[in-house]
Amino acid sequence: MRAIAPADTATAARDVINVKRLSKQYGGGAEPILALKDIDFSIPEGEFVSIVGPSGCGKSTLLKILSGLMPASGGEALLNGTPIDGPRMDIGVVFQSPVLFPWRSVLGNVLLPADVQRLGRATMENRAYDLLKLVGLTGFEHRYPWELSGGMQQRVALVRALIHDPALLLMDEPFGALDAMTREQMNVELQRLWMERKKTVVFITHSTAEAVFLGDRVLVMTPRPGQIGDLFDVEIPRPRALDVMNTEKFGGYVRRIRGVLNAGGGLE
Amino acid sequence: MRYGVTGMILRVVLIFVVLLVWEIIVRLLGIPAFILPPPSNIFVALYRGFASTLYFSHIGVTLAETFMGFALGSVLAFSLGVAVALSRRAEYYLYPFIVMFQAMPKVALAPLVIIWFGLGITSKVVAAALVAFFPLMVNTIAGLRSADGDRVNLMRSLAASRWQIFWMLQLPNAMPYIFAGLEIAMIFALIGAIVGEFVGATSGLGMLIQSMNFTMDVAGQFSILLILSALGLLLNGVVVMIRRRVLFWDQSQKVDAAGQAAAEKGGVS
Repeated sequence: MRAIAPADTATAARDVINVKRLSKQYGGGAEPILALKDIDFSIPEGEFVSIVGPSGCGKSTLLKILSGLMPASGGEALLNGTPIDGPRMDIGVVFQSPVLFPWRSVLGNVLLPADVQRLGRATMENRAYDLLKLVGLTGFEHRYPWELSGGMQQRVALVRALIHDPALLLMDEPFGALDAMTREQMNVELQRLWMERKKTVVFITHSTAEAVFLGDRVLVMTPRPGQIGDLFDVEIPRPRALDVMNTEKFGGYVRRIRGVLNAGGGLE
Repeated sequence: MRYGVTGMILRVVLIFVVLLVWEIIVRLLGIPAFILPPPSNIFVALYRGFASTLYFSHIGVTLAETFMGFALGSVLAFSLGVAVALSRRAEYYLYPFIVMFQAMPKVALAPLVIIWFGLGITSKVVAAALVAFFPLMVNTIAGLRSADGDRVNLMRSLAASRWQIFWMLQLPNAMPYIFAGLEIAMIFALIGAIVGEFVGATSGLGMLIQSMNFTMDVAGQFSILLILSALGLLLNGVVVMIRRRVLFWDQSQKVDAAGQAAAEKGGVS
């Protein structure tokens, strides 16, 4: 939707996200707190990147900057070649809690981005029905949030984040509040959805297993100051079934990531 | 509900017992009717008042004053509430006035209002509006400010304008507060209208109570009190009914909503 200057597209190549020496400090004065320090990474189109780290490592700060809700203190983050310097229409965000509006039906909640951005209601409604079908919520379009389980609510939030066909999907520990079984089920569903739609995804979590299961790549963040400790390419073929978690290869990734987290003082 | 049908019957019986005891005591002790009339006299007065159509026009006047005062007060309270909630500057400059006005018993303004607006209906509308104003304004401000941080962030992440955040999030989110304010404002408007009529009026239930007081028609006054309490219930009922329709999604009305949802779910699964 957004017009991009040709020069910008050329420099950005095929990378959707380009983060360069990004830093964030809170509080000025003599002793500012460095939440993020020299974060560098880029994400090619269609890649699923997991960012894992302990609480307080700055991963939520990073997500707030990427979603344009918070300015960076230094460096820059580019989305499709243009700097993210405020909220923009080509990003979809899924938060920790579903954040549904109780006065809107499931369909109404899903169409919220379309209403805000004044996209054609008719086409968007068709898209909404398609996406709701994809996450197994057909028949619930006219229900209200309080009638849904936690897992269903988070699926509605996921569809809402995808409705305006954003270039980037940001997910901030989206399944953290769900019980273990629902969470695993949601992981499988998210993978299926992603394989069908091939969105560029940044998925933030504090679960190492979840990060490896979902990610093409895993960025491991370590705290004080928040920086990228290491980076792993997960070479496990898709679709990955839940029992892939029992394989030696999967365990190997998890162990190596834990090692980085331990070295960084992340796990006490 | 919990006490079942027998409970309901007992409740009604109790009311009759109280009225009966009242009647007997008044008659036995020979208490004069201008001090405490027996209930039978009150019902006779009530019947005569309606039969002679005297009460109807006065009820009409008081109701009209109440509704107009409620409408005027609500519109002003809502507008000012929105201004204060959305604009730091408006809050800063209006705050001293609000504090001063809030601390003052609004009914104390009634004599002034009568001087300014005369004995007609206008002064009572103004008095009702003054009394109804505050609870709604306070609730509007509190409601508009109660929007959850995550929800605001969601709207902002969608690049929503300040105006869109107001219309799509803050305002619907404030509706439970606003309706709670409207409920109080409705009853307060009735109080304002009655007090205004006490101070100076040519018609209305408050003025009727005053004139009955002069003629020591205590039974008549009691009959008006009955009417006023019925009007209060009725006015409150209207607001509650509208609130139930508008706020079907409200969590604090979960008893209704959950029951409804459970019933529907039972049908599905």
